[in-house]
Amino acid sequence: MEKLPFERPTIQKISAGIPSKHGISRKLEPLSHIDGLSIKSLINDYGSPLFILSESSIRKTYKEAYRAFSSRYPNVQFAWSYKTNYLNAVCNVFHQEGAWAEVVSGFEYDKAAANGVPGESIIFNGPDKSKENLRKAIQNSSLIHIDHFDELYEIIHLSREMDERPKVAIRINMDVGIYPKWDRFGFNFENGEAWDALNRIKASKNLDLIGLHTHIGTYMMTTQAYKIAASKLAQLAVSLEKKHGHVIQYIDIGGGFASKNTLRGAYYPGTDTTPSFDDFAEAITSALMSSEIKPDHLPMLILETGRALIDDAGYLAGTVLANKRLSDGRRATIIDTGVNLLFTAFWYEHDIRPIEPISDQMEDTTIYGPLCMNIDVIRGNVMFPLLKKGDHYVVRRVGAYNTTQWMQFINLRPQIVMLDMKGKAHLVRKGETLDTINSQEITPEHLQNFNL
Amino acid sequence: MPKIRKNIAISESGFVFDPLSGESYSLNPLGLEIIHLIKNGQSYEDLSEVLLAKYEVDQETFDRYFYDFVATLKQFNLLEVETDA
Repeated sequence: MEKLPFERPTIQKISAGIPSKHGISRKLEPLSHIDGLSIKSLINDYGSPLFILSESSIRKTYKEAYRAFSSRYPNVQFAWSYKTNYLNAVCNVFHQEGAWAEVVSGFEYDKAAANGVPGESIIFNGPDKSKENLRKAIQNSSLIHIDHFDELYEIIHLSREMDERPKVAIRINMDVGIYPKWDRFGFNFENGEAWDALNRIKASKNLDLIGLHTHIGTYMMTTQAYKIAASKLAQLAVSLEKKHGHVIQYIDIGGGFASKNTLRGAYYPGTDTTPSFDDFAEAITSALMSSEIKPDHLPMLILETGRALIDDAGYLAGTVLANKRLSDGRRATIIDTGVNLLFTAFWYEHDIRPIEPISDQMEDTTIYGPLCMNIDVIRGNVMFPLLKKGDHYVVRRVGAYNTTQWMQFINLRPQIVMLDMKGKAHLVRKGETLDTINSQEITPEHLQNFNL
Repeated sequence: MPKIRKNIAISESGFVFDPLSGESYSLNPLGLEIIHLIKNGQSYEDLSEVLLAKYEVDQETFDRYFYDFVATLKQFNLLEVETDA
């Protein structure tokens, strides 16, 4: 007689809490394939854990975002935010789609240049630009977004020294009705500092003032804030034309659009609450179109959105290491991905699910990573099916920030594959080995040997 | 072998009610089967022999999940308190 499949015995307490009238489903559908490729076969071929990126998802999301803005505004340009994910393969998908590069350090600048992005298509943001970085950016006619007065004076000095006309914009911070107010980057709008900076740039006569930039915050769940930001930048553009007869070429509204991940502590899932690209586009473009800017002087609209363009395209698959019970009887599942790889676990209640149908039985579970650290929690409290040691899981929406903020800590960083438009897997970053780490180290002669 | 407390009500569909605490619980099919076997006074050896013959599982895996299951029953105070007497 054929044996029946085994499902481990369980007993669950029935809690008669207040039922949600919105009835959010607690059933967790497994995710077995990405772009037609089995996750299990990818783990077998490339190891566990494994970051998986979907090229078709990146392109689809980009096209959707571009359509949302370009169908409402005559001149739209995206610039790929390198810090969100600067894997060359990812950057180049965006560049193939037409995005410029937006960088915030000398390292990122060089990475964009090495990828072949022309200097005039690199936007150089951030508070940290060395003299050498600035010299390079001026030479390559890159767009330098000035963060503070020290940087402005440095650029004026360099323009004289190099006899060049640097192309500059200023970054402007402002009150857009959100908390916390981001005021550490750029010049403030309300106290007149931004207007002062613009006047000093015009007075210097050596700089080409070509744009106005703001970046109001991160993970913005409201479109109204962008409407206010766009209106305030438009006011400055109008004032510049009125006073100096100067027409700016672009308004850069930055990024910060929320992705569909669910923030920790949020009541509703991000998939239900995140505004769409159309919502953001409507708010921003309507503010610009209805401003006092003359119709034939409407500036190019630049967007630096990172997270919302890449989060959905990234997956992290891996293996269950063990199960245990905590002191209060709750289930704990230990997986081979920790916060060293999944940095965003600090912010999100990540969508983690099995890759195969396991069981309809769910249990209140804490999911821990493999690090020997108490903070290594991937999900603090999740209704999760009973995975066994060796079973596989996949975490969805991990494309943003994880492979730039990840740490080589306790474990080595794993491989990253990208699935092309035909669903074929390409290794885009090799997993680290002991040699990767040791090749950077120099052990002094007298510390090379010991006897135990 | 552990013993299930006598006043615990267990339905055929796996619904469990503890009149002492007022809590209710839900068992999956194998959980229910094991509870029945324990209630029938089967020894662990007999119980595991029956279930290993019926289900696609090895002894080691079964042991692990069985003891985890019993630990949960104990956690929920559904087992009789063992005394030294």
